[in-house]
Amino acid sequence: MASSQTAAAPKTSMLAGLTESRGWLSLWFMLPAALLLLIFLTYPLGLGVWLGFTDARIGRPGVFIGLENYQYLWDDSVFRLSIFNTLLYTTAASILKFVLGLWLALLLNENLPFKSFFRAIVLLPWVVPTVLSAIAFWWIFDSQFSIISWALIEMGLIDERINFLGDPTNARLSVIAANVWRGIPFVAITLLAGLQTIPQSLYEAATLDGASRWQLFRYVTLPLLTPIIAITMTFSVLFTFTDFQLIYVLTRGGPVNATHLMATLSFQRGISGGQLGEGAAIAVAMIPFLLGAILFSYFGLQRRKWQQGGGD
Amino acid sequence: MASVGIRDVYKSFGSTEILHGVSIDIVDGEFVTLVGPSGCGKSTLLRMIAGLENITGGEISIGDRVVNRVAPKERDIAMVFQNYALYPHMTVAENMAFSLMLKSAPKSEIDTRVNRAAEILGLVPLLSRYPRQLSGGQRQRVAMGRAIVRSPQVFLFDEPLSNLDAKLRVAMRAEIKELHQRLKTTTIYVTHDQIEAMTMADKIVVMHDGLVEQIGKPLELYDRPDNLFVASFIGSPAMNFLRGSIGGDAAPVFRGKGDVTIPLPADISATAGSSVVSGIRPEHLMISDGGFPVEIVVVEPTGSELQVIGRTPGGEEIVANFRERHAFEPGQTIRLSADPSLFHLFNAETGKRL
Repeated sequence: MASSQTAAAPKTSMLAGLTESRGWLSLWFMLPAALLLLIFLTYPLGLGVWLGFTDARIGRPGVFIGLENYQYLWDDSVFRLSIFNTLLYTTAASILKFVLGLWLALLLNENLPFKSFFRAIVLLPWVVPTVLSAIAFWWIFDSQFSIISWALIEMGLIDERINFLGDPTNARLSVIAANVWRGIPFVAITLLAGLQTIPQSLYEAATLDGASRWQLFRYVTLPLLTPIIAITMTFSVLFTFTDFQLIYVLTRGGPVNATHLMATLSFQRGISGGQLGEGAAIAVAMIPFLLGAILFSYFGLQRRKWQQGGGD
Repeated sequence: MASVGIRDVYKSFGSTEILHGVSIDIVDGEFVTLVGPSGCGKSTLLRMIAGLENITGGEISIGDRVVNRVAPKERDIAMVFQNYALYPHMTVAENMAFSLMLKSAPKSEIDTRVNRAAEILGLVPLLSRYPRQLSGGQRQRVAMGRAIVRSPQVFLFDEPLSNLDAKLRVAMRAEIKELHQRLKTTTIYVTHDQIEAMTMADKIVVMHDGLVEQIGKPLELYDRPDNLFVASFIGSPAMNFLRGSIGGDAAPVFRGKGDVTIPLPADISATAGSSVVSGIRPEHLMISDGGFPVEIVVVEPTGSELQVIGRTPGGEEIVANFRERHAFEPGQTIRLSADPSLFHLFNAETGKRL
């Protein structure tokens, strides 16, 4: 009896160590979540990155070819154009979304009649499925039946219908307009939430200090809203940079690749064209841009000295 | 510095009228507190003086100028808010300099004035900190600094101490009072705490339900409250009230419930038989064999004094404060009386002092 007990003792303590010590215990508890992350997030991402280094096609597992896809893309004028398009699209749309969204948020923050009704209306473009709104814009931009062309002709401002999606410059402006329309609610509602966290007494104090309406905005609203602006615009930039649906429905990248974004080009080459490896490489090429945007917002905008906690 | 005149001021929010004609005259350099229970309209009145609320009726003037239609920033007042309203993204120095910066004052002048205010308030070592890095009392001081820097005509304080703990509140109370003695700027101070009002003010305005109940020096309000509301509001612990009537043929007496009889001074103006409320402060009650009986319910020794909560034969609660120590037990009956001249008599219907 005594000997079996002494023999069992180290065993149980080993087991106890694995089940009861703080470090191990927390590992066990984290494991399910970690597994989910590994399987559903890391694996697809890793596979995508791996495919970028192979010559895989649909129906044919590829072999490792190193940076050959990237070397090819480096010299590919369409790929270079898609980078330019994506940067233009993202920059122009984000700036417009920010300015218009902030303006809308400031308006909605005033004491308007039917305030909640207007707030609900503003959210509509965000709620409607992208494909549906894209089809609506497709009609709005139609070369024959465009309501914009019709209205402008009726008003006598133009003589010919506008070729919205057939002309490279017009097509770029059109898709940016559609994206801005769709993205404003997100920016406006998030910034509105941010505006509502600014205490009324700060505005009162600043009013008594002699601030004009512009100075209230410049010295109270804007600085206090900066952290929210940083987060909102980071997300907005990420959404815009990776946009696919709007372009795919409206122009499919045309005319003459003038609206091809990296995401649409990746899909076209990888899935429609069957060049999985090349498509994956284009998608992977987006990652540095996205990381850059996140890091810029994190280090440049989000962290403010005055937000950090007490103590010195 | 300036006087402030409030003449027959009304205020409505929609169809709800919350100030029903308030008139107060504030002399140049005076420290006035507006005191009353929450919802009495005192903060609204202060905000109307500041220009943060518009004036429904009546007239408010600062100095010789009627300010009803003058924008807040033109009124030359500074306000300290209950939650301090410091700009969280500005340092202490920037917070204090903000109003001067908006006026595009020269940098040297801003520095001089900020430093002078910081010295007065002991904020010099904190000038480069952000509000988040300050304690409640320090924030309070910065809020005052922001007001001082502007050297305004009038200081307005809106319950500035209510977010502080009890000990700090007492310290800041003295500090604000000292500041006023030093700067001599007309000050209007809103509080719901009658002790704050009593200790700080030159003049107290007691407000209740949108009306002024009484205006007077702290001890005037304490010694001669105009009505039942002021009598119950000023003083801690609150005044005891016994309901009854005036009786007695030769010398007037107060006859309360349960055969409580208290002699009254001969010169009272109440007629015999009229129903009255008799008020007596806890600290004016003393033990005396000829007094009325009180059954002790709770004994609360605080060290400096002994507070006894008891019940009269008529079932009315009565609180007595003694400076000396007694070995009382709950259930014991003691007899209490007071100097007849310290009694307050109020008309039972109107609540007015007799």
